[in-house]
Amino acid sequence: MSEAMLTLQDLEVHFPTKGGVVRAVDGVSLSLRQGEILGLVGESGSGKSTVGKAALRLIDPTGGQVLIDGTDITTARLRDLKPVRTKAQLIFQDPHSSMNPRMTIKRIVGEPLIIHTAIRGAELDQTVARLLERVGLPAQFLHRFPHELSGGQKQRVAIARALAVDPDLLILDEPTSALDVSVQAQILEFLKELHAERPRMTSLFISHNLAVVRFLCHRVAVMYLGKIVEEGPVAQVFSNPQHPYTKALLSAVPLPEATRGAGRIQLEGDLPSPVDRAQGCAFHPRCPVARKGLCDTKAPPRVDTGETWARCHLIGETP
Amino acid sequence: MSVIEDIARPDAPDRWREYRRMWATFRRSHSAILGLIIVSAFLILAAIGPWIVPFPDDAYGAVHFERKLQAPNATHWFGTDEVGLDIYTRVIIGARTTLWIGLTVTGIAVLIGVPLGLLAGMSDGVLREVIMRVTDVFLSIPGLILAIAIVGALGPGILNAMFALALVWWPGYVRLVQAKVLSVRNETYVEAARSIGASRARIIFLHVLPNCTSPIIVKASMDMGLAILGAASLGFLGLGAQPPYPEWGAMISIGKNYLPDWWWYSLFPGLAIYLTVLGFNLLGDGLRDMLDPKQR
Repeated sequence: MSEAMLTLQDLEVHFPTKGGVVRAVDGVSLSLRQGEILGLVGESGSGKSTVGKAALRLIDPTGGQVLIDGTDITTARLRDLKPVRTKAQLIFQDPHSSMNPRMTIKRIVGEPLIIHTAIRGAELDQTVARLLERVGLPAQFLHRFPHELSGGQKQRVAIARALAVDPDLLILDEPTSALDVSVQAQILEFLKELHAERPRMTSLFISHNLAVVRFLCHRVAVMYLGKIVEEGPVAQVFSNPQHPYTKALLSAVPLPEATRGAGRIQLEGDLPSPVDRAQGCAFHPRCPVARKGLCDTKAPPRVDTGETWARCHLIGETP
Repeated sequence: MSVIEDIARPDAPDRWREYRRMWATFRRSHSAILGLIIVSAFLILAAIGPWIVPFPDDAYGAVHFERKLQAPNATHWFGTDEVGLDIYTRVIIGARTTLWIGLTVTGIAVLIGVPLGLLAGMSDGVLREVIMRVTDVFLSIPGLILAIAIVGALGPGILNAMFALALVWWPGYVRLVQAKVLSVRNETYVEAARSIGASRARIIFLHVLPNCTSPIIVKASMDMGLAILGAASLGFLGLGAQPPYPEWGAMISIGKNYLPDWWWYSLFPGLAIYLTVLGFNLLGDGLRDMLDPKQR
């Protein structure tokens, strides 16, 4: 049995604000086996990016536990986090702002090596050039500045920087949503190849793009207002969604030959504020099948349905 | 340690390419070029002044009553003062004093203000509050008034004037740097640096500080002009350089008694101050455009 590379146990991230406590992440538990790609999907504001950052302690969790390759990093001091940084790396949504504009590509990609290894000088240059080659960039990019590169090239550089320390865990925070569609496809292909080459490589792929998740991921977790509402293998969740929110999300995916409006579930309103959350199921104010007296009073239980599970009162009741 | 190692190994050719690009932006602005020409001329005069002036002895208190208060003529281009000293000579020599004042005041202000601003920007809680509130106290008093009070307490003189100006100048840098640090430290690349395990020192000195330098350089170049003006004001009030020391403000201070008949006495030092301050301000504006990454 392959062990878990990343385990989140009841992860909570709360931000105190003037209007009250924002419960960005409210009890998320996830486990990623070695070699697995898990897609974390949800609307903007559902807390999915915060999960990614908290998993690397870029944001301190308010509660719960984070284990990376068996090591609990929830309360580790910053100094003790340094070894963890060679195991887990984060790739950001906007590749441009994730690079220091005053550094050349060589220094950007070389920085993790300078921090974690003794490689210097000509050897460093060669290593960086090899990393660039691996993500499909020519060596002359070494001397460019980020603003001289296109979005896709920058995202490749960001991946090269993440791969510099040879991590086993990648957290990809919407790595393609800032890119053109054609470039998106290249990056996704590359990520797929990367996983094929390295069986240990584990990824948490945060996205709002269901098509991308379907293409790349093995399992998918759907997040709504800081909670996971459904989780399971991609094939099952996409073909037979259990939670009404998942159903609505899937029906919102534009299909090439969709008949207009047929079977489409339209959600009313916006994501409610995570400050004054509703009683009972967080989704009930927008849920098309919510039942009065049940969904608005009691928190929904976790219901296992074969390989997937979902958090809803009505599973098994509605056809 | 690796931080220092890293700074010592800049990518020289890449840097030069960036500098050429910046220069191309700078060159597009006529006023910036004018500022650069004025400042360069001023720096050259400050450097070679003592060797090109016609009456080097007149700089420091010679007396030639036989030629006092002559109007500008072929021998004395800017005329002479009440003891017959060549004003052209004294204005040129004064450039050196002025440059010295500008550099010292701005330099001390940067040296005090930038580290405090960095510290206040990067820290949270008590330390930031203490630094910023002390800064606020200094900022709430008009700079020149405070400088006058300090010089008044220490006694007039060029060194005391510079000390007083430096002491009232640094809070501006604390505010500027702190505000810039607050915005830079929330940039994604700083988060990216944390995620690759960069130490605090590395983040501050390689990621935050280099991205805060543009406004510091711009403010410093403008402050050169303002510090010169401040020193001239103190000199004019008799609190700065003391006559016959060749300082522009002090020269105007005496020269004003001879207005309007002997107009050249205060006109030429005044023009020198005007041009120098204008030059530094135009240069500062040009640098701001040049260092703005959005221009590239």
